[in-house]
Amino acid sequence: MSEASPPIANDARPRLPRGVRLVHNEAQGGWVLLAPERVFKADAIAAEIVKRCTGTQTLSAIVDDLAKIFSAPRERVLADVTALLRGLADKKLLEL
Amino acid sequence: MAADTSESLPNPLGLLAELTHRCPLGCPYCSNPLALDPPRSELDTPTWARVFEEAAALGVLQVHLSGGEPGARRDLVEVTAAAHSAGLYTNLITSAVGITAKTLDRLAAAGLDHVQISIQDSEQKSADHIAGYDGAAARKRALAGEVVKLGLPLTVNVVVHRANIGRIETMVELALSLGASRVEIAHVQYYGWALKNRARLMPSREQVEQAMRQVETLRQKHHGRIVIDAVVPDYYARYPKPCVGGWGRRSLNVTPAGRVLPCHAAETIPGLEFWTVREHSLDEIWRNSPAFMAFRGTAWMQEPCRSCARHDIDFGGCRCQAFALTGDARATDPVCHLAPNHDDVVALTAVQDDAPYDYRRL
Repeated sequence: MSEASPPIANDARPRLPRGVRLVHNEAQGGWVLLAPERVFKADAIAAEIVKRCTGTQTLSAIVDDLAKIFSAPRERVLADVTALLRGLADKKLLEL
Repeated sequence: MAADTSESLPNPLGLLAELTHRCPLGCPYCSNPLALDPPRSELDTPTWARVFEEAAALGVLQVHLSGGEPGARRDLVEVTAAAHSAGLYTNLITSAVGITAKTLDRLAAAGLDHVQISIQDSEQKSADHIAGYDGAAARKRALAGEVVKLGLPLTVNVVVHRANIGRIETMVELALSLGASRVEIAHVQYYGWALKNRARLMPSREQVEQAMRQVETLRQKHHGRIVIDAVVPDYYARYPKPCVGGWGRRSLNVTPAGRVLPCHAAETIPGLEFWTVREHSLDEIWRNSPAFMAFRGTAWMQEPCRSCARHDIDFGGCRCQAFALTGDARATDPVCHLAPNHDDVVALTAVQDDAPYDYRRL
C-alpha cells in the first residue's frame, strides 16, 4: 500500500470508463477486472471498492459505506480506497 | 504426459481468433505463417459462434478478433455479436483498412468492447511503404477518429524495427493525438514473415538501448494520459519472454481453418498434432490435444532450464524460437544468456542488409 497517493476530491464520482468492467467468473476463481487486452484479478475488498465506482456515488459516500460494512476506521479506509483508485486511474482503468 | 500439470489444469484467459488470413496490407513482419489458410477453408459464422460459447464455458474472458484483417470477413458484425452474447470481452485487432465508419458503428452496437489499430510509422510515406499499401496511413488515422468518436477505447499498436525505431517519440505522440488510451511498443519478433525479413528489420544494440531509454522518459512524461506497454526486443534480452504466458496455460489460438494452437507460430514446430474445432470441442482440445500437452508444465525441460530458478517465470522462453534457432523445440530459448546457443543469437543481430522487403502476400 502506497502512503503517498495524492488525495482525491471528496465529491469526485469515480467510474469505470467504457471498455473496463468488473465481472465475477467461477472458472477464474472470483472477481476480475476486464480491460483493453488486460485482465486483473480483484480480491474481495478491491471488488467491493470497484463495484461502487458507477459514477453516481461520491468518494465520500463510498468510503462511509465501506467503513460501515467492514467496521474499519474511516481514515484507514480512505487511504486504501485512494491508493487503489489512484493506481487504477494511472492505468486508465478508472475515471475520477 | 507432464505429471506436474494433471491435478490443476489452468483455465485459459484469452482466445486469439484469426478470422481470416486475407489482408490488404503486406507488412514484412506479419506474424501469420508463411503458408496462409486459403479463404475457402475459413470457418463459417455458426462455427465461430459455437467456438465462442465453448471458450466462455472454459473460462476464457477475452476474445481477440484478428487475422489477417478481420474486416475482410463480411460477417464480422455477426461474429462479434456472437462473441459478445457468449459473454466474452471483445477486442478487434485491425489494420483499419477494410473497415468503414458504418461497419464500426454496427460493431459498437453489436457489443464491441475495444479496438486496436496498428500504425507502421509516424511518417505517412514510410508507413505506407512498410505496409506495402498506398494511403494506408491516412485511412488508419481516419478510422481511429471514428473509434474515439463512438466512445470506444483505442489502443495503437506500433511494431518497431530498424526503419522506424528512431521515431518512437513521434509515434507515441501520434497515438496520443489520435485519442488512444494505450499504446503498445511492440518490437518485431522473428517468426513467420518477420523471420524471412529478419536482416532487413533488425535494429542495432545502440538503437534498441536508446529506444528503451526513450520509452522510460515517455512513460514519465505522459503518466496518467496514456499507458505505454513495451517489451524488450527478444534478441537483445537477457532472459527470454514467458511466451504466451507459458505453453497451454493462458491462451489459445484458433486459425481461420479451425486448427487450435497454443500460440500463433506453433505450426512451425514439426511433429506436433493439432486438433480442429471441426472435430473436437475446445474443452477437449485444451485438455487433451497432443499439441497442448507437448510443452505444458516443466517436465519436458532440459538443462539449463530444468534446474533454473526462473523456470516457473519464463517457462524456458519460446518453443517456436527454440526450434527456429536451434532445431530442437525442447531447447532453452537461445535468447536467454544462459542458453548454450546464445552466441548464435548475438551473431544474428549483426546480420543486417537493406534489400527490399519480402512483403507478406496470400
